[in-house]
Amino acid sequence: MTLVVNISPPSNPAPDDVMVQMQGICKSFPGVVANDNVDLEVARGNVHAILGENGAGKSTLMHILSGLYRPTAGDIWVEGVLRHFSAPLDAIEAGIGMVHQHFMLAETLTVAENVILGDRSLGLRITPTQIQETVAALAAETGMDVDPDAYIWQLSVGEQQRVEIIKMLYRGARLLILDEPTAVLVPQERTQLFRQVRRMAMAGHTILFISHKLDEVMTLADMVTVMRAGKVVATVPTQETSQEELVRMMVGRPVLFDFEKVPVDIGDTCLRLEKLQVRNERGVVAVKGVSLEVRAGEILGIAGVAGNGQGELAEAITGLRPASQGKVEIEGLDTTHSTTREIIDAGVAYVPPDRQRTGTAPNLTLIQNLALKDYRTAQPGQFMSRSQQAQRAADLIEKYDVIAASPEMPARLLSGGNLQKLILARELSAPIRVLIASSPTRGLDIGAIESVQKTLLAQKAQGLAILLISEDLDEILALSDRVAVMYEGELRGPLDAAGIDVEAVGLMMAGSSDNLQST
Amino acid sequence: MATQSASRRWSLPQIALEPRTQQSWSVNAGLTLGLLLLALALGGIVILLAGGNPFVVYRNMLVAAFGTKWGISDTLVKSTPLILATLGVSLAFRMRLWNIGAEGQLLLGALCTTGVALHVVTPETPGVLAILLMALAGFAGGAAWGFVPGWFKAQFGVNEIISSLMLNYVAQSLLNFFVFGPWSERGFGQTPMFPRNSWMPRLTDFADTFPIVRGMTVHGGLLLALLAFAILFVVVRSSKFGFEITLAGDNPEAARYAGIHLRRLTIYIMTLSGGLAGLAGMSEVAGVSHRLINSVSPGYGFTAIIVAWLARLDPLGALWVAFLFGGLLVGADEISSAGIAQLMQGIILFVMVSGGLLLRYRIRFHGTGAKATGIEA
Repeated sequence: MTLVVNISPPSNPAPDDVMVQMQGICKSFPGVVANDNVDLEVARGNVHAILGENGAGKSTLMHILSGLYRPTAGDIWVEGVLRHFSAPLDAIEAGIGMVHQHFMLAETLTVAENVILGDRSLGLRITPTQIQETVAALAAETGMDVDPDAYIWQLSVGEQQRVEIIKMLYRGARLLILDEPTAVLVPQERTQLFRQVRRMAMAGHTILFISHKLDEVMTLADMVTVMRAGKVVATVPTQETSQEELVRMMVGRPVLFDFEKVPVDIGDTCLRLEKLQVRNERGVVAVKGVSLEVRAGEILGIAGVAGNGQGELAEAITGLRPASQGKVEIEGLDTTHSTTREIIDAGVAYVPPDRQRTGTAPNLTLIQNLALKDYRTAQPGQFMSRSQQAQRAADLIEKYDVIAASPEMPARLLSGGNLQKLILARELSAPIRVLIASSPTRGLDIGAIESVQKTLLAQKAQGLAILLISEDLDEILALSDRVAVMYEGELRGPLDAAGIDVEAVGLMMAGSSDNLQST
Repeated sequence: MATQSASRRWSLPQIALEPRTQQSWSVNAGLTLGLLLLALALGGIVILLAGGNPFVVYRNMLVAAFGTKWGISDTLVKSTPLILATLGVSLAFRMRLWNIGAEGQLLLGALCTTGVALHVVTPETPGVLAILLMALAGFAGGAAWGFVPGWFKAQFGVNEIISSLMLNYVAQSLLNFFVFGPWSERGFGQTPMFPRNSWMPRLTDFADTFPIVRGMTVHGGLLLALLAFAILFVVVRSSKFGFEITLAGDNPEAARYAGIHLRRLTIYIMTLSGGLAGLAGMSEVAGVSHRLINSVSPGYGFTAIIVAWLARLDPLGALWVAFLFGGLLVGADEISSAGIAQLMQGIILFVMVSGGLLLRYRIRFHGTGAKATGIEA
């Protein structure tokens, strides 16, 4: 429902060429403030990029603008009119359409059918030829080459994206929001998309796109708004900035937690990878010959934007995914082809990046979730001791400060931070030698982040070898002894964390081809 | 608000389902009872349409199934294969393996049991040994029929719903081949009677010592079913194996992460699940008909799916629901209208499954979208 409540102009009257103005937008989720008093102004006919690391609040802001979320506070003016969106349809009525990373298309219908899907103005009878003509006209206008009669399942990812864009234009979107549009595209499709975006902008459409890739922001956008930790750092014309400056804005602020790194005696090599190669689900090589060593009492941090092979790397080490070439050694033992169970028994703990999907069983109790790894070994024989499990769970819940109504409650009712503490409690309580921690603090609030990070440092002090994989550069720098960057399946570095050039690391994460240098 | 109503889209009041955060025993019991009454009422309408008096019909069914010791005995006889097949089905369902093939597994179990009874057991074989061999054969037959879809699923990702369902028809045809062909008694759809020593003892067999049990046909299969129940109950609740099943059922990804070999477990569970259904088939031929007939099962394997679902995959629940459904079968026989039992089963399942939603969620009616916005404005 669109409800025009207040026609009075925004506090500082916007000129005619302002397409959208967002003022004082706040959005909080339980335990997380995703947007903190965000202002954004987008000029008509501009290509405007929202740049920031994962978790910076870009997607939340765009979901608010497209009507998917309601802001906790703040106002949105579209073409000078104050709007309240309670659903995406309201945003579309106001001329705002969003193309998500995951397309929302019906595979078994044609392009034309998908475009008109949900258009109630058509009534009960539809004339196929007319629809095809409309779609073809829209496609021609924007230079998007798509056959209206083709079925969605026949199309490539890039073509499907075009259908999504045409769908939004058909519904009258004057402002298009693209959520990391190039993440799913191959290079040629990317170039094509850029050309189409430019053409749409020339035709008077406004484009907002979310990105964490510097080069594409510099190439494509007129304006760029940099976000960090839920706030806008700055909005600048791309003409007047540089990649270096953008990196500084993205990552170059003082480190959040300045932990004292207690000098720890570095011990023997616990984890060694030798030219490890791993393929992803689609058979593409995602990890390209990575070699590294992590020793006892050391944290090796791997920075990098998600999707550059870190997930596959962690899964190959933990036996969840086969390695196609190379070697994994745990304390000198070759575990390249071992089962997950054997690797667990060899002393490898794993904090997976996805705590709900991989790390826990949502409907099982906290007691059961805490027993996920040691249910086999805690008790000899074929049976488990419930009382022993309950006792151990109670101890761990207390020790790791998991805030829970009862150890018998299902894990799905825990908040993100507490769920993460639960996973850490389980993983660290076993006699382990190596810990693979993947995005251990993603989505947590400040307090939980600190507690998780302190736990990791304490474990390191006790001689654990930790491989820390994170997109959060601050975290990597705050905790790691050595830092490496993963980009497109290749590992660069590692280098000593002391005196490392933060901006160079940031550039590497964004795909700059310069070599990682220590200053 | 009124001035803007013209521009407002028409919209339904929003119905939202809100998960119940805690399960209350009284709400559960009350809802279940209410749903059962609703199912009976719906069935009553059909009986009424067919020209019967639902109250009389229900009373007669009730008396037949639970009114006398013989009635209860008959109910137990019908419950026996249901319990076994349900235990098997719910074991697989716990791991979210949709084994729809209990019927075929039951038939294969019956077929293998018959093979042993006719060709392995001789009149000289001790009774205990004969029964043991037949039980093993029955289990093995069902297990093989469960293994196939399990292996296909684990190895090639074949949908077990389809493969296990299709194998039901293969099993029935195979059984028909034997009872009309090589093992047929004079071309009828049945085999000759098994030798006496391969019959499972019935209560009435002890009537000379305990006259009170005369005419009661409950047989050893019930003990077998209760034994299977006891084992599964313990395994599911407190064994490491049971934990793996529960974990894999709740989140396969987490199970893999915990080091569980999912493919192997899938094959084990489907095989075990089939084996239990196979025991149901064994119990039917060795305890009731004492020969294999082509219509050995009136769809026990399919009813087991309903029972498992209503029992929410809990072994103890399976025991009770199977008993009630056994009563339903006996009651339906009494009013000699075979369709009624299936009709009632269908209605009960339909009402319970749709009503089961209410056990987990409460329904909230929100106003229309317009109202919600209006409040904010």
